[in-house]
Amino acid sequence: MAQGGIGASVKRKEDARFLQGKGTYTDDVVRPQQAHAVIVRSPHAHAHIRAIRTEAARRSPGVLLVLTGADLAAEKIGNLPTGWQVFNKDGTPMVEPPHAALCAEEVRCVGDQVALVVAETKDQAREAASLVEVDYQDLPAVANIAQAIKAGAPLVWPQAKGNTCYDWHFGDKAATDAAFAKAHRVVSLDLVNNRLIPNAIEPRSAIGEYDRATDDTTLVTTSQNPHLTRLLLAAFSYGIPEHKLRVVAPDVGGGFGSKIYHYPEEFLVVWAARKLSRPVKWTAVRSESFVSDAHGRDHVTHAELALDKDGTFLGLRVRTLANLGAYLSTFAPGIPTWFYATLLAGCYRTPAIYAEVRALFTHTVPVDAYRGAGRPEATYVLERIVDVAAGEMGVDRVELRRRNFIRPDQFPYKTPVALEYDSGDYVATLDLALKKADWAGFEKRRSEAKARGKLRGIGISTYVEACGIAPSAVAGSLGVRAGLYETANVRVHPTGSVTIFTGTHSHGQGHETTYAQLAAEYLGVPLDKVEVSHGDTSKIPFGMGTYGSRSLAVGGSAVVKALEKVIAKGKKIAAHLLEASEGDVDFKDGKFTVKGTDRSKTFGEVALTAYIPHKYPAGLEPGLEETAFYDPKNWTYPAGCHVCEVEIDPETGVTRVVAFTGMDDVGRVVNPMIVEGQVHGGVAQGIGQALLEGAVYDDKGQLLSGSFLGYTVPRALDLPAYAVGTHNTMCTHNPLGSKGVGEVGAIGSPPAVMNAVVDALAHLGVRHLDMPATPERVWRTIRDAKKS
Amino acid sequence: MNDFAFHRPKDLPTAVAAQKKATDGKYLGGGQSLLPVMKLGLAAPTDLVALSGLAELKGIRLDGKELVVGAGSTHAEVAASAEVKRAIPALAALAGHIGDPQVRNRGTLGGSLAHDDPSADYPAAVLALGATVVTDRRKIPADGFFKGMFETALAPDEVITSVRFPVPEKAAYEKFPHPASRFALVGVFVARGPAGVRVAVTGAAPSVFRVADMEKALASRFAADAIAGVSVPSAGLSGDTFGSAEYRAHLVGVMARRAVAACG
Amino acid sequence: MPAIALEVNGKRVTAEVEARLLLVDFLRERLGLTGTHVGCDTSQCGACTVHVGGRSVKSCTMLAVEADGGSVTTIEGLATNGTLSPMQEAFREYHGLQCGFCTPGMVMSATDLVRQNPGASEAQIREWLEGNLCRCTGYQNIVKAVQAAARAGGR
Repeated sequence: MAQGGIGASVKRKEDARFLQGKGTYTDDVVRPQQAHAVIVRSPHAHAHIRAIRTEAARRSPGVLLVLTGADLAAEKIGNLPTGWQVFNKDGTPMVEPPHAALCAEEVRCVGDQVALVVAETKDQAREAASLVEVDYQDLPAVANIAQAIKAGAPLVWPQAKGNTCYDWHFGDKAATDAAFAKAHRVVSLDLVNNRLIPNAIEPRSAIGEYDRATDDTTLVTTSQNPHLTRLLLAAFSYGIPEHKLRVVAPDVGGGFGSKIYHYPEEFLVVWAARKLSRPVKWTAVRSESFVSDAHGRDHVTHAELALDKDGTFLGLRVRTLANLGAYLSTFAPGIPTWFYATLLAGCYRTPAIYAEVRALFTHTVPVDAYRGAGRPEATYVLERIVDVAAGEMGVDRVELRRRNFIRPDQFPYKTPVALEYDSGDYVATLDLALKKADWAGFEKRRSEAKARGKLRGIGISTYVEACGIAPSAVAGSLGVRAGLYETANVRVHPTGSVTIFTGTHSHGQGHETTYAQLAAEYLGVPLDKVEVSHGDTSKIPFGMGTYGSRSLAVGGSAVVKALEKVIAKGKKIAAHLLEASEGDVDFKDGKFTVKGTDRSKTFGEVALTAYIPHKYPAGLEPGLEETAFYDPKNWTYPAGCHVCEVEIDPETGVTRVVAFTGMDDVGRVVNPMIVEGQVHGGVAQGIGQALLEGAVYDDKGQLLSGSFLGYTVPRALDLPAYAVGTHNTMCTHNPLGSKGVGEVGAIGSPPAVMNAVVDALAHLGVRHLDMPATPERVWRTIRDAKKS
Repeated sequence: MNDFAFHRPKDLPTAVAAQKKATDGKYLGGGQSLLPVMKLGLAAPTDLVALSGLAELKGIRLDGKELVVGAGSTHAEVAASAEVKRAIPALAALAGHIGDPQVRNRGTLGGSLAHDDPSADYPAAVLALGATVVTDRRKIPADGFFKGMFETALAPDEVITSVRFPVPEKAAYEKFPHPASRFALVGVFVARGPAGVRVAVTGAAPSVFRVADMEKALASRFAADAIAGVSVPSAGLSGDTFGSAEYRAHLVGVMARRAVAACG
Repeated sequence: MPAIALEVNGKRVTAEVEARLLLVDFLRERLGLTGTHVGCDTSQCGACTVHVGGRSVKSCTMLAVEADGGSVTTIEGLATNGTLSPMQEAFREYHGLQCGFCTPGMVMSATDLVRQNPGASEAQIREWLEGNLCRCTGYQNIVKAVQAAARAGGR
């Protein structure tokens, strides 16, 4: 094996450019003749547009183009599709309202796009945008779930009665009801999963380009999945034929889900560029990102767990209200349903589960998949109610989990909510985490903290998630309007260097290194002879992009399949060169060798022969380049245990995470350094959600947390140094055995933090408090507990 | 941001003259308050008169029993100053926790006071220490300087040149930072000095204010528990998603007690 | 338009600029130094951090005209002849970056810290980085990288 293969903590290839300021993010791209676009956005949550006056803006210096919803309507384009269809309990489809890139008659959230202004410079475009006069008639709005479900509430869409997008259910209701009927105890809990605003540090940006001579259109955009964006732009929002449309996602500064979707601005810059025959760039300012990037989470849930007298889980019943915002974003309908309810079994053998999810429209920014997407919500419900159950049953919370775990000998394990877990060892990750966190020694730390006037608590979360999305046919049966395979193309150059083209996209994950390690492992080529190419539809055959922790498990599997095809062809060439039969040729450490002899050809010699096929097998095509499409057989199931310790200052309510331990099972690890880094970031999000973050709309639908001054993104000083590690069982159905790691931190950690907070306050009689556990909320909880 | 005329005077009279001549001019200190406000379109001056080139605004020195800090001193300079650390360590500590390092490298004492953000840290120190704000034309006692939200006693063309802080016997500042913005959600500066005990609160209300009941209690006995029973009414205090008026009122008490305790 | 003359990454630069031009826009758009990033509009995220006169500042909250006569160092100016600075090297070694967007600001800020306080403790590093946001790393490896660079006496 060449150095730097699977299992090596290779330093990243991409770092040299990022560390020297040589990365190329979309806003760094400057095209000749580039013009600048600014979008006029609605300051109202809900209003009728009586008139838009654009004359002053058009006359403003440097202005090239001003477009409104009327222009869009006249051309009958610019409607953004959703990619997931969910059905109601009665089998009828969800309400699927139109989503225009510019609003013509009505605005439905603060930030809604009303007009597009294009000018020679950014400043000129901004000035002109401020001159667009929109005559709004303010209308009553529903700003949250509670308002949306009220009888007689204003409607976001007239066709969505009661603001309901769909009323969906899943699981065996009869079996679940029967389980509850025979339960020794039923524990119930109401909880909120707070709405998050993604805030990748790079704001979204897009550049449209049009070549009059060739009629080719290019979109450079901050995307996690350029092919999907091309597909949606080509087939739905615009109607440009795919072969005349190129989408490029260069270096992208974080995504976390928020850069999956096909956004209005992507359509708008292309539209404007084609009208002007000039490149048109739009880049969000941060406060604009707050009202134009899809938000995440936002659930209100009532959950009930039925247990027998030994604490065995008999059934779980969950009723969730999910806020989808004003429009259906690209994947939105699937997130509070298939990404959520299917995870409600968790690590447990709960035999009967029934979930009802009513999704609601509100006058807020669309909500879609964000950093874990549905699975953090499910994990939070489950891991909180298990803790509450332990408290009410008087059973140790670790013991209650252990008692209900799916045992290692039960895999593959089919849950009552459709998934079949292939592998895992939940007891092992639990025990390792407890040991690493010194769970046993906690009471001493609690008393020591008490002596300092601090309330210390410890919490645990044992989770499983489903990622590596997804088997296309199964996903299709669940309403996904796309395939979820991945592609790879491995091009071996004549001199033996290699380019890997992947349909996944790296925006922090380090694919340029990890995939190169696969080539090093399989082909024996040194890392510096491997280039990984992604993010350009003109280079990559096809791809579904990066989200749902899928890149290595699905994209990496496609790479491996293509590498195996290269080796298979290489064996044919080598066998011919070595005058042996193909079956007698082995490939190892970069050498093709005739079994049992020392006769061999290097990988480089074989590559050269493939391109200079003078001595070559009859009937074999020259060249050494292979493409693979890999469609997974199943989801993958990372799992693990997170332990969190907090200290609360009872006088101020300030909660600090003082220790965090993670023990995750992510399957085969290609680069341990990168894997650990992925967990780090996810845990920061989990701690952020639990203690700091939360979108706040006022009753009128104004976003109060609309900038970094009002929305708390965790800082270095908000976090402790954590101790994370992995204990891995292999995925049994993909060639690498990898499960995925991008989201485990964000999925597993929030309940660990909140369970610690509740543990710290339990002596006061506190049973639950909602996220985020901000200082004031914790202070009030303590004060109210003391009063009662 | 609208464009404007930029002036970079070399001395104080030229600066004042430029500002007098401007239609709607503003002095520019380190720009850490003004530029964000201008970027948001909340201010659109016709002229900016930069004060960074004025030697008159520089320097930190002890003058008898007063610490004189040039208005052009950056927060980083105040935080690192051996003179300040010796004379009023609480002031150095306060300066060292304004904003973040990058802000501290640009932001100035004079700029902060002239802007008078209700959540800024310096106003609490100036008021609690009973400092004197020295301008190009007069000396303004702290008690007469802060007039309300973003409002001071300064005339539009008046320049703060320095602040004279009487050296206290004891002083401490306790800040409860706003989780997102890092300004003071509540900050309490407690000082015992030539002017007696003074307690000043920032962040909690539209303007920095003193708490007479606490000062009285501490004057008779300077100990944290002496003010345990003194509460600040929440009426008139600010409230937002990070801290209701009620919570801020509570924090004033907590931070005040901690500041007294920190005085030693 | 005001004329300015300054040193950027050791090279003398002169330009005529609008007074309102922010230093970050001057660097990115006029000089093509796109390594300095813009991540917010409220002076919070720190992605635009550069050194002015050797100290870290947010170039989104400073006018280009204010840099007249001064010296500016950006992320592009840290490496010498292709050799990473000790801080850049530490970020690489300790995996202190993922998507790379906050990285230039982080590196510039951290470089200033170890110049001011070569023996910075973990707590001091976390506090210093108050002005820089990262959404990828949870700061874990950034803190480790800065500690390592500080230990190495790096600048």
